[in-house]
Amino acid sequence: MSAVIGLCVALPLLASALVLGLRRVALARDVITLATMSAVTGLAAALLAEVDRNGTVVLRVGDWAPDLGIVLVADLFAALILLVASATILVVELFAIGQRRTPSGADPAVVSPILLVLAGGVSLAILTGDLFTLFVAFELILVASYVLLTHQGRESQVRSGMTYVVINLFASTLFLFGVAIVYAATGTVNLALLADRFPDLPAATQVGIGLWFLIVFGTKAAIFPLFSWLPDSYPTAPTTITAVFAGLLTKIGVYVLIRFFTLMELDELGPLLLVIAGFTMIVGVAGALAQDDVKRILSFHVVSQIGYMIMGLGLFTVAGVGGAVLFLVHQIPVKTVMFLAGGLIEDDQGTSALKKVGGLATSKPVIAVLFALPALSLAGLPPFSGFIAKLALVDAGMSSGAYVIVAVSLVGSILTLLSMTKIWLGAFWGEVTPSAVPASSRRSVTVMQTAAAVAVAGTIAIAVVAGPLWRMSEQVATDLLERTPYITDVLGEPLGEGAD
Amino acid sequence: MIFAVGGLAAAGTFLVTSRSLSRVVLGFALLGHAAVLALLAAGGPSGSPPIVDGEPAADTSNPLPQALSLTAIVISFGLTLFVLALARRQQFLTGDDLVEDDVEDRRIATTHEVPIDSTDETRELEALHEDSEPTS
Repeated sequence: MSAVIGLCVALPLLASALVLGLRRVALARDVITLATMSAVTGLAAALLAEVDRNGTVVLRVGDWAPDLGIVLVADLFAALILLVASATILVVELFAIGQRRTPSGADPAVVSPILLVLAGGVSLAILTGDLFTLFVAFELILVASYVLLTHQGRESQVRSGMTYVVINLFASTLFLFGVAIVYAATGTVNLALLADRFPDLPAATQVGIGLWFLIVFGTKAAIFPLFSWLPDSYPTAPTTITAVFAGLLTKIGVYVLIRFFTLMELDELGPLLLVIAGFTMIVGVAGALAQDDVKRILSFHVVSQIGYMIMGLGLFTVAGVGGAVLFLVHQIPVKTVMFLAGGLIEDDQGTSALKKVGGLATSKPVIAVLFALPALSLAGLPPFSGFIAKLALVDAGMSSGAYVIVAVSLVGSILTLLSMTKIWLGAFWGEVTPSAVPASSRRSVTVMQTAAAVAVAGTIAIAVVAGPLWRMSEQVATDLLERTPYITDVLGEPLGEGAD
Repeated sequence: MIFAVGGLAAAGTFLVTSRSLSRVVLGFALLGHAAVLALLAAGGPSGSPPIVDGEPAADTSNPLPQALSLTAIVISFGLTLFVLALARRQQFLTGDDLVEDDVEDRRIATTHEVPIDSTDETRELEALHEDSEPTS
């Protein structure tokens, strides 16, 4: 079973090279890309079933000992997120294929191979068992995202892309410094070994390393006050690209944050995380209220929703971390599908500015439905997945006595609903506006709508299987907070002292 | 070594915060070097080369940070090139290599300009401006 883990990383990268060679042969390119992502999704599903039944699967690359070589670890948390992430990329790729003949679409000859590189990076970041490979995976994701963001070379893209690249490059350099600090302090970069040795460090060093990585991963996750690059750069990219970014990039940051902070047992930073979470929720949603463009509103919501996951982590209880995991699983598809719906509006009307769009509920009821369902889920109304995830978090907050953050999160939810209403009033009700652009071909519209519909169905499916999912999230949280399962699974039998 | 890391990091950070893109690129080059040196410093004292004279393993340099550094160098080299290409593109589009203001932000800022004009703060600023005019 351990070979499957390797395939999840290697397959997209190999396919990417192949697709790059075949980029002028549209049919072969599309078939290979879709087949690869389907295969990765299938492998992830198999992995999840296996891990759920028999426990963590570990691959030691090249059969090196864990303190020297690279390990890839698929525990329940990793397998769960991997499945959701690869399924999301699959849907977006389908949308991209539909979008390619439209004026706002990205060049598929670039998007297909780079999206596969991104998929490989995401798999590696989720599965990796050591800090330096995590750095490499982040770079893989970021390089792919730089290219995706700027490849059309428009002026606004180059300008905001520059901000994005510079801030992320700076964070990556800080990450590298962080790796050096950790190596100097503990003599290892393997996460499991690190978790084993970390409690022996002086308390001040522990907090220092924790804060350092909070900045590094926090920049990737776009927490307050490190989020400024996000609402600026996301809306300028083509819709498909923004959908992937919104659904995955920040969430990978959150995933790593949860992984690192629970594994290193940095409970003392919990209150700080709660404060950050509160600010992230409110500032993000306040920014969304001030905007009047669908894509920009949604970009600010990306920031706001990150706050909820950080809140769950900050509580450092099984219920809290479980809630954060559930929220993560719910956010990846919902956020993606919201941007896909925004893309459908843009494709239909030629713009996504609220002032210039109106009456879509009567003229394009399909888009209205595709937008309304995830929007309600995002705001946390029952019976959608957002309600379940938020309920889990609020419940966890109440039982830990963190009433302030619970109140803040509820206010944030109401404001989210308010700004969703704003989009609805602006874009879907009111006077029917004539389209500013020629209609896209029927076939590409059908493909795009199908892709969005599949994603919407996915988000609803999350609500349907909420029971088993919650059990799984709780299991994940228990394992994460106990730490020992991860450490013993990765290291196997205790290491001999002669390994150095 | 530590002073070198500190100096490089400080100079790099200073350059990265500047508005001119060519300086930003240079800043990242310096920061990358600082990070690689920090990695090497984290590997402990240098030792004799391995294998050559049949040295015992305990006397040789720690190879792991060197492997990590090598990877980091390759990555930062590639990214420097990418940023350079982006800067070139920007120069092609706008004719200079300065980072530009966010157009959308400016638009939102100007929509509220009218009420702000009448506040005390702006009046004070205007007064200050008038005071300073004769001297300049």
